[in-house]
Amino acid sequence: MFRKITAERLNQLFEEISAKQGLYIPVDREDGTAEYKKYESGMKLSNALNTVRSAKDFFFPQTENLAAFKINGKNIEIEDIRRECEDFVIFGVRGCDAHSFDILDKVYLTDPVDSFYKNRRDHGTVVTIACTRPSETCFCTVFGIDPTMPGGDVTVFPDGDGFFFLANTEKGESFLADIDHLLEDGDASRLMAVQENTRNVLKKLPLAGLSTESFGGERLNELFNSDKWGELSESCIGCGTCTFVCPTCQCYDIKDFNTGDSVVRFRCWDSCMYSDFTKMAHGNPRISQLERFRQRFMHKLVYFPANNNGEFGCVGCGRCLQKCPVSMNIVKVMKALEVK
Amino acid sequence: MQVNEDKEFQPLIVAFCCNWCSYAGADLSGTNRLNYPANVKIIRVPCSCRVNPMFILRAFQRGADGVILCGCHPGDCHYTSGNYFTRRRMTLLFSMLDFLGIERDRTRVEWVSAAEGAKFAATMNEFTEAVKKLGPNLRLEDLRCRKQ
Amino acid sequence: MQEAMIKRAEELFSNGTVNRVLGWKSGEFAYDHTPAVFTSAEELERDFVCDDFTSANLSKYLVKETKKDGRILAFLKPCDTYSFNQLVKEHRVDREKVYVIGIPGGPKLDIEKIKAKGITGILNVKNENYTLKIETIYGTSEMPFFEAVSGKCASCKSKKHVVYDELIGEDGDVLESDRFAMIEKLENMTAQERYDFWRGELSKCIRCNACRNVCPACTCEKCVFDNPDSGLENKAAADSFEENMFHIIRAFHVAGRCTDCGECSRVCPQNIPLHLLNRKFIKDINSLYGTYQAGENTTDKAPLNDYKLDDCEASVVHERGVE
Repeated sequence: MFRKITAERLNQLFEEISAKQGLYIPVDREDGTAEYKKYESGMKLSNALNTVRSAKDFFFPQTENLAAFKINGKNIEIEDIRRECEDFVIFGVRGCDAHSFDILDKVYLTDPVDSFYKNRRDHGTVVTIACTRPSETCFCTVFGIDPTMPGGDVTVFPDGDGFFFLANTEKGESFLADIDHLLEDGDASRLMAVQENTRNVLKKLPLAGLSTESFGGERLNELFNSDKWGELSESCIGCGTCTFVCPTCQCYDIKDFNTGDSVVRFRCWDSCMYSDFTKMAHGNPRISQLERFRQRFMHKLVYFPANNNGEFGCVGCGRCLQKCPVSMNIVKVMKALEVK
Repeated sequence: MQVNEDKEFQPLIVAFCCNWCSYAGADLSGTNRLNYPANVKIIRVPCSCRVNPMFILRAFQRGADGVILCGCHPGDCHYTSGNYFTRRRMTLLFSMLDFLGIERDRTRVEWVSAAEGAKFAATMNEFTEAVKKLGPNLRLEDLRCRKQ
Repeated sequence: MQEAMIKRAEELFSNGTVNRVLGWKSGEFAYDHTPAVFTSAEELERDFVCDDFTSANLSKYLVKETKKDGRILAFLKPCDTYSFNQLVKEHRVDREKVYVIGIPGGPKLDIEKIKAKGITGILNVKNENYTLKIETIYGTSEMPFFEAVSGKCASCKSKKHVVYDELIGEDGDVLESDRFAMIEKLENMTAQERYDFWRGELSKCIRCNACRNVCPACTCEKCVFDNPDSGLENKAAADSFEENMFHIIRAFHVAGRCTDCGECSRVCPQNIPLHLLNRKFIKDINSLYGTYQAGENTTDKAPLNDYKLDDCEASVVHERGVE
């Protein structure tokens, strides 16, 4: 039997969860976009399809301190600043973002395991929400994601006047057990209709027909040497918007900050669009914007699948389509490079 | 020497002084045995015009509570016109800091000639007092640089 | 309009005046046009677009393009011509290598303003007598044209082309705009309110550098923020100080050179009103050193490269406005 909560009681649920652990939900901003915020009384769950920044921030934040070096007389002390992270819940993650965690896991949880990432991942509970109104920029289905069954630890299905809950993992089951007293048995027949309706919309999306067949490790040389890159990268202004809003971009840089009497070593997201990306002692291996632009798409469409059994490094969330200052994006690249 | 026994807030003041006038003015106030607070740390620059906005911001980042820029009087610049450019730049920069809600009394430009040892000491006393009243710089500080 | 532009571009191709055309290329949807260089009439026929969504300023691309061989045709809106003139003045663009066709300006639309109304699944947007008919997967919606106008066009400063070789359509006038209204509003707040306002805005910054990279006045070969030896962060929002530092320096470096084209705010993925920082400088310059419009001509001295013996002292900041 499906358990559900009525829309009116949702905030009561939030209150209960946030009393025990950190709860993050997408909320509306004044400009009509949405962002994740730590829940405080009175906040309202956003109806927006997605947040501007992706949910990867919770496990892989933009900046994070790794170690501190204290200078004490003639000695340098190295301080381990790792702390066990507190439990937290992210509520309202869409299927694309939920799938991006699987992609990040492949990078950070395989040997050598990234202990900072693992710490957060172990303590985070992901509550996903099924999509009902996909946007024209959505193309997650192209990468085999079903946004009506978004996964995560717990999935929430809205059916118009309430939310059904389904646990997918052990962590999810214990989460549901904790909140069970707020739930009631619900009739899921209407939910099926909602899902069916969404699936029909997904088939009609303008980007639903996009094909990944031309991509993958097998065509590495051909794609790398394609003469289309010049034309595609021409308009790129070399900002990091696409990489910073991307849920799967995982590159980072490690830097030292001199505070005057100590040094803080931290990591921060890097962007392949930047001139100092992978800069080494001899300089930068990719000196032109064309090479840097190519790197981003080769990584997602060729290198990543080549190393991960054909899985692509894109989840089709559409953020780069919406946010690129010059509207150059992965869809345009795929269409230009595909073999017809 | 005075000991700060009651742990009264002691601001850190960075003073950028032009080599030709204000730095010599500071020297003169020293040789005249005039008192100015030890809170003031002087950074000598070849001309007040050498100070770009980043210097001012960097001083705040590294813990300054107030930043003062001293140069030759308009018309007396060793390089003829450096301080005229400084004047425009700093006016705009300070106006911007004010616009961002940073306390406007944390920044100042003062013209001090090599003969004005007394003015140098008086300016520094007065500026230090003004910043002391404002308390620590919290709005334009870098938390990573905060002294434990 | 679009047809006339393509026709004229084709003529200039065939008579050898230009060998490339800088314009906008249509995308996947009704609104995602990308700046592009066209090299043939076929490409123009196929992809060239100029409509309510071609708001990107093309001038900065000419820095790169005028280093190439041959002359390029650039379609510039009035605001773009100011940026172009400023680049010519700073010797960043070779005027001789550009054939400028002035085209009427906006108001252009901002798709985000349409989406902010909750309209999603947008397939087509049509302007019928200043009502937008928006065709979506979920049916059609309507909204008034002016509610979807891009922020940079809503406070348009001028419809006049300050430089062109020829015009398509009529030339306009410099407009009386209320573009400083928000600055005045902020100036009249208390320092604490201003601080809170800007912390709220700047803390959204993700350091993507789009505002810097798109800016036609930001053309340094190597930005100080990209110099790893400078001790500044170019991509980490590591501390609130870094956000303030970046945005103050970014705006300061273009003070007196910023034409107020509004691209910085248009491209900001977090919708931070970055143009307000630039406008504050413009307003200060106007009131303290005399009215100045960057890019208006290629001869006037920039206000920060100039001085008067009786300029006001920096203490003017302490004497005015609200504490």
